[in-house]
Amino acid sequence: MSTSASMRPDSIAAGPHSMPLVSLRRITKRFPAVVANDHVDLDIYSGEVQAILGENGSGKSTLMKVLYGYYRADEGDIFFDGKPVVFKSPQDARRFRIGMLFQNFTLIPAFTVAENVALFLPELKIRLDLKEIAERIRDISEKYQLRIDPMAYVWRLSMGEQQKIELIKLLLANARVLIFDEPTRVLAPHEIENLMHVFRQLKADNYAVLFITHKLREAFASADRLTVMRRGARIGTLMRAEADERQIVSMMFGAEPQAVQRDGSRMSVTTRPVLELASVTTAGALGELCLENVSLTVRPHEVVGIAGVSGSGQKEIGDVILGLLPHNGAKRFDGHDATGWPISRLRQHGLAMIPENPLWMGVIGSMTVTENMAIADRARYARHGGLSMDWNGVRNDAARFEERSRIPMPNLAVPAETLSGGNLQRIVLIRELGQQHKLIVAFYPTQALDLPTAVSTRQLLVDARDGGAGVLLISEDLDELFTLCDTILVLCGGRIAGRFRPEDTTRDAVGRLMTGSVA
Amino acid sequence: MNIAFIAGVLSNAVLSGTFILYATVGEVIGERAGIVNLGLEGVMLVGAVMGFVVTAQTGNPYLGVLAAALAGAAFNMIFAYLVVTRRGNQLASGLTLMFFAQGVTAIIGKAFVGKPITGLTDLRIPGLAELPVVGHALFQKDLLVYLVIPITVAAWFLLYRTSWGLRMRAVGEDKTVAFAAGLKPHRLQYQALFIAGLLGGIGGGHLSIAYTKTWQEGMTAGAGFIAVGLVIFAAWSPVRAILGAVVFGGAVALQLQLQARGANVSPFLLDMIPYLLVLVVLMLFGRVKGRVVPAGLKDVFEGTG
Amino acid sequence: MAETGALAKPFYGLSSRQRDVLLQAVTPPLIALAGFAALLAAYGKNPLAAYWDVLHGTFGSVRGLTEVFVIMIPLMFCALAVAIPARIGMVNVGGEGQLYIGAIFAAYAPLTWPDLPTAVMLPLMMCAAFIGGGLWAGLCGYLRAKSLVSEVLSTLLMNSVAGFLLQYLVFGVWHDPKSSNFPQSKPYPAAAVLPHLGTGRLHVGLFFALGTIALFWFVLYKTRWGYEMRAIGGNQEAARRSGIPIVRYIVLLFVIGGGIAGIGGMAETSAIQGRLRPGFSSSYGYIGFLVSWMSGHNPLLIVVISFLLAVITSGRDVLQITQDLPGAAVNILMALILFVVLARRGTQAETR
Repeated sequence: MSTSASMRPDSIAAGPHSMPLVSLRRITKRFPAVVANDHVDLDIYSGEVQAILGENGSGKSTLMKVLYGYYRADEGDIFFDGKPVVFKSPQDARRFRIGMLFQNFTLIPAFTVAENVALFLPELKIRLDLKEIAERIRDISEKYQLRIDPMAYVWRLSMGEQQKIELIKLLLANARVLIFDEPTRVLAPHEIENLMHVFRQLKADNYAVLFITHKLREAFASADRLTVMRRGARIGTLMRAEADERQIVSMMFGAEPQAVQRDGSRMSVTTRPVLELASVTTAGALGELCLENVSLTVRPHEVVGIAGVSGSGQKEIGDVILGLLPHNGAKRFDGHDATGWPISRLRQHGLAMIPENPLWMGVIGSMTVTENMAIADRARYARHGGLSMDWNGVRNDAARFEERSRIPMPNLAVPAETLSGGNLQRIVLIRELGQQHKLIVAFYPTQALDLPTAVSTRQLLVDARDGGAGVLLISEDLDELFTLCDTILVLCGGRIAGRFRPEDTTRDAVGRLMTGSVA
Repeated sequence: MNIAFIAGVLSNAVLSGTFILYATVGEVIGERAGIVNLGLEGVMLVGAVMGFVVTAQTGNPYLGVLAAALAGAAFNMIFAYLVVTRRGNQLASGLTLMFFAQGVTAIIGKAFVGKPITGLTDLRIPGLAELPVVGHALFQKDLLVYLVIPITVAAWFLLYRTSWGLRMRAVGEDKTVAFAAGLKPHRLQYQALFIAGLLGGIGGGHLSIAYTKTWQEGMTAGAGFIAVGLVIFAAWSPVRAILGAVVFGGAVALQLQLQARGANVSPFLLDMIPYLLVLVVLMLFGRVKGRVVPAGLKDVFEGTG
Repeated sequence: MAETGALAKPFYGLSSRQRDVLLQAVTPPLIALAGFAALLAAYGKNPLAAYWDVLHGTFGSVRGLTEVFVIMIPLMFCALAVAIPARIGMVNVGGEGQLYIGAIFAAYAPLTWPDLPTAVMLPLMMCAAFIGGGLWAGLCGYLRAKSLVSEVLSTLLMNSVAGFLLQYLVFGVWHDPKSSNFPQSKPYPAAAVLPHLGTGRLHVGLFFALGTIALFWFVLYKTRWGYEMRAIGGNQEAARRSGIPIVRYIVLLFVIGGGIAGIGGMAETSAIQGRLRPGFSSSYGYIGFLVSWMSGHNPLLIVVISFLLAVITSGRDVLQITQDLPGAAVNILMALILFVVLARRGTQAETR
C-alpha cells in the first residue's frame, strides 16, 4: 500500500511530477561498528516537502550525507532525472544543485551577512562589490520573507536568522534540492512557524525540500511525504494525508515489548529528597537551548529517569546540577540550598556523576588509568597533607570493586587515551560507583558497553539505589528506562513534557512525548 | 615649548612612525590570516641589513629598498614553511626566527658597520614644504614616508574590498569554514605572509637607509615586538594602525627631543604608554574580544597553536 | 601509535623504541651543526676549526666550563617560569619582564639601606624579587583566569613595560651620579652580592636554580598538587568537573613562575652585574621559553637543554675572538636546532 502511494503524484503540490527528481536505490553504508544505512530506497520530488523521521542512530543523517556527497555509499545507486550519477564529494553534489543545510553553520561570526554569502558564491569578481551582493540578498530575502539585513554582523543574529543565511547561500548558488538537517532544533517557536512558511514558499517555487527531524508535529505540519527510518533501514513512506501519529510513532520506535519485570518498591513521599530542582530556567546564549520551568525530585532509594532525544536539554540539566550553568529557580541538595556550590563541595556531599562524553568530560587522556581513578576523590588518597598520593590504595580499591561488580578493569598502567570507548566508560563507572554516594547522576551510562558489562552496570545502579542512593538516569534507551526507573520524566525542547511511573504508561506514549507529539 | 621643539618632535615622529607603521601593517595582514609572527623583529632586521648592504654596494638607495622588501619576504617564507606547512608552534617559531635573523644579519652586516651611505634623500614637495612648522617635518621627507599612508590605505582596500582579502580574512577567522567554501587556506596564508614580509622588510629598510643611514647589529631594538603590540592596539585594522604609529612615533620623538634638552620628564614613562593602553583596551573589551580578534588566532593565544 | 616493544631491529642493544627516542634527540643538533658548518664555510671560515675552538674554549678550561654554568643559571630560572604555568596549559612569554622586575624589586634594599648585613640583605632581596616577579606575572594570570586577556598577549606586553621601567629607574631616581651618562645604578654593597663559588663568576644561584628544579619535579610527580596540575594540563574540562579549582591554580602558578624568574633577575644583577643596569639579560627570558618548550616542560630535560643552549651561548665570545665572527652568530646555531624540532613536532602533532 505504501509503495503505490509514494508513486502517486502529490495532489497538493503546485506542479505535480510523477518522476522523482532524485532517487536513491539500495543505498548501503557501513561503518566499523554499525551498518548506518541498510539498502535504503528513497524518492525525492520537485515541488514537494518530504520529512525523514527517525530516532538518533536511525541512519537518517548518514543517508542525507550520502546524498550530499559527503560520504560514498558502499553499495547502491543514485539517480538524477532518471540518469545514474556518482558523487565523489560535496562539489559534485553541488554541481547537481543539491544543497545541504547542516546543524553546524558554516558561518563566520565576525563577518557581515553579505561577506559570508560572498565567500560561498560560485563566481566572485576580484574587486568585491558588497553592495551588489547585498541587493541580491535583499531580493531573495523579500521573496521568501526571510527578513535578513545583509549588512548585519552574523554574531548579532539569532540561530534562526543564521539558518536563513545558510538558506540564502544555497539559493544564490542555485540549489534545486534543499536538505535541512534537524532545522528546528535551535529555533524558537515563532521561528519554527516562519520556517514552515518558508518551506511552503520553496515548494511553490518547485524546489525539492527534504528535512530530517524527529519531531512529529513539525513533520505533520509541513511535509507532504513522510519517510520513517529505524536502525539503518527505511521502514516506510506515507503521504501525509494517509498517515496518523500512532502509526508513525510505532514505525519509529518499533513494537511494544512485553511487560517488564520490576520490583515495585514504593518510596515514601515524606523522605527528604537528595536532589530538588524547582522551576529551573536557564537563559542560553543567543539561540541556544534553554531549560524552561524544569522541576524534578530525586529521593534516596529511588531511580528517576529522564527520557528524551539527545539535545532536548539533558546536558543543560547536568550543567545546572554541577553548577556550571547559571539559572533561575531553586536547586537543593540533600535539603541544603546548593546554588553557587563549587563542584568540590557537591562531591564532598555525596555527588557522583557519569558524564555524557567520557573522553571529553570525564577522563584525562594523558594520565594513566590509576591516576584517573583518583581524580574525583583526591582528598581521600592524599597523604601527609598532600605531599604524596597513595596509589597503592587506589589500585586496591579498584581491584576490590572489580571483584564486587564483575566489571572487568582495563590495564591500570596505560594512558587512558589508548583505551577504547567501552574501557573509558568502565573507568568512569568504577570511579564514580566505587563508593556509596548520595546522588548519582548518570548520563547514558551503558553507552559503548558490551552487553554483559551493560547488565552489570545496571545492576550497580540498582545496588546503589538499594543502598540508599538517589539515581538520576538520563538515557535514550527506553528499555533501560522502563526496567530500572521508579519514575520516568520526559524531556522535550527544554521542558518536562510528562511524568509517569513505568507501570502506568507505555513506550508508545513516552515516544510520542519525546518527539513533540501533541496528542 | 617653542616652535623649533614642536617642529623637531613632529619631524622625528614622522620618521620613527613610518618604519613602525610598515611593520605593523604587514603584521596586521599576517594576523588577519591567522598567523602571529613574534619574529617580526627578525624580518625587519633582515630588511635593514640587506637594504643597507645593497645601497652601499650599488650606491642606489631605491635598489636598496627593493632588496629590503624582497629579503623580508624571502625570510618570512621560512617562517611560513615552519608554521603553515609543518604546523610548528607559532610563538616558538617566531622567536626562533628572530634569533636566527639576529645571527645571520650580524654576520652579513659585519663588514658594513659604520660605513656611510647617502641613503634615501629627502624629496621636497614644492609649496607645501614652505609651510611653517609642518613644512619641514611633513613635506621634506624621503619617498617611503610619502608612501606609507597610501600603502596603508591600499592594505585596507586589499583586506576589505577585494575577494582575495575576504578569503584571506576567512582563513584567519575559521579555517573549517574556509575549507567548506572551497578555499585553500595554506596557499592564502603563504601569500599573506609574503606580503607581510615585504612590508616588514621595507620597514627595516627605512630604518637603515633613510632614518639612521647606518647599520648596526640588532638596530631594530625591539621594534618588532612593539609592532606586534601595536597590531592589538589597532584592533587588527590597518587604518587604526596609523593611530598606533602616531602614538609610538610621538613618544619616541618626544623622548629624543627631551633628552636633547636635558629635560626632567622621563621619556621611558612615555614609552610605556602604548603598551599599557593596549592592556587596558584588552581588559575592557576582553569579553567582546571574540569579534575584534580574528577568531583563528584563538589557538595561538591560548597556547595550543 | 601501538608500540609492541619487541626488538624489531636490534640497534646496539637498544629496543626499536629506545632507538627512536635517541635518534629524535640527537638529529636536531646534528643537522644544526651541519647547517651551521655550511654557513661558516660559505663565509670562508673553517667550520671544524670553529667548532674545535668553541669546544676547547668551553670544555677545555675550568673558566670556560664555569662560564657555561653561569649562563645556565638565568636560563633555568626563566625556563621554570615558563614550565610551571605550562603544566596547566598556560603560556608565559613574560620571563624577560619578570626577570627585570625581580631585579628592580631586589635593588630597592641595597640602594636604600646599603648598610644592612648580608644575613638580612640577601634574603630581603630574594623575597622582594619573588614578590615583584610574582605580582608582575600574577596580574597576567589573574586576567587570564577571569577570561579577560590572553596571557600570551599580556605577558608579552608587560615585558616591554618592565624594560622601560628599568630604564626609567636607572636614568632617573636610581642613577649613579658617579657614572656620568651611563645608565646604571650605584654598585651594590658587598653584602648584597650573592656569594660566589671559588674565584670565578659562578655563584650560589646555581644551587637555588637546581634546587628549585628538583622541588618542581618532586611537587609535579609526587604530590597531590602536582597531580592536580597535571590533570588540568591533561584535560581542563574533566579536571574542572572533578572539582579541581582551575582559577586558583592559574593565578597561583603564574605568581610562582613569575616569582622564580624574579629571583633569577635578582641573582643576575646581584652576582654577575653587581648593580642595576638595563639590558642585563641577553634575552634570557625568551631563550628560557625556548628551553622549556623544547624540553616539553619537563624538569629534568630543562636542565639538559639549558646546558646545551648555555654551551652554545657561551660560544659567542669564543667565536668572536678566534673566528672574527660577530657574537650573535651563535644564535644561528640555536635557531637551526629549534627549526628541526619545530618542524618535526608540528607534523607529529598533526598525525596523532
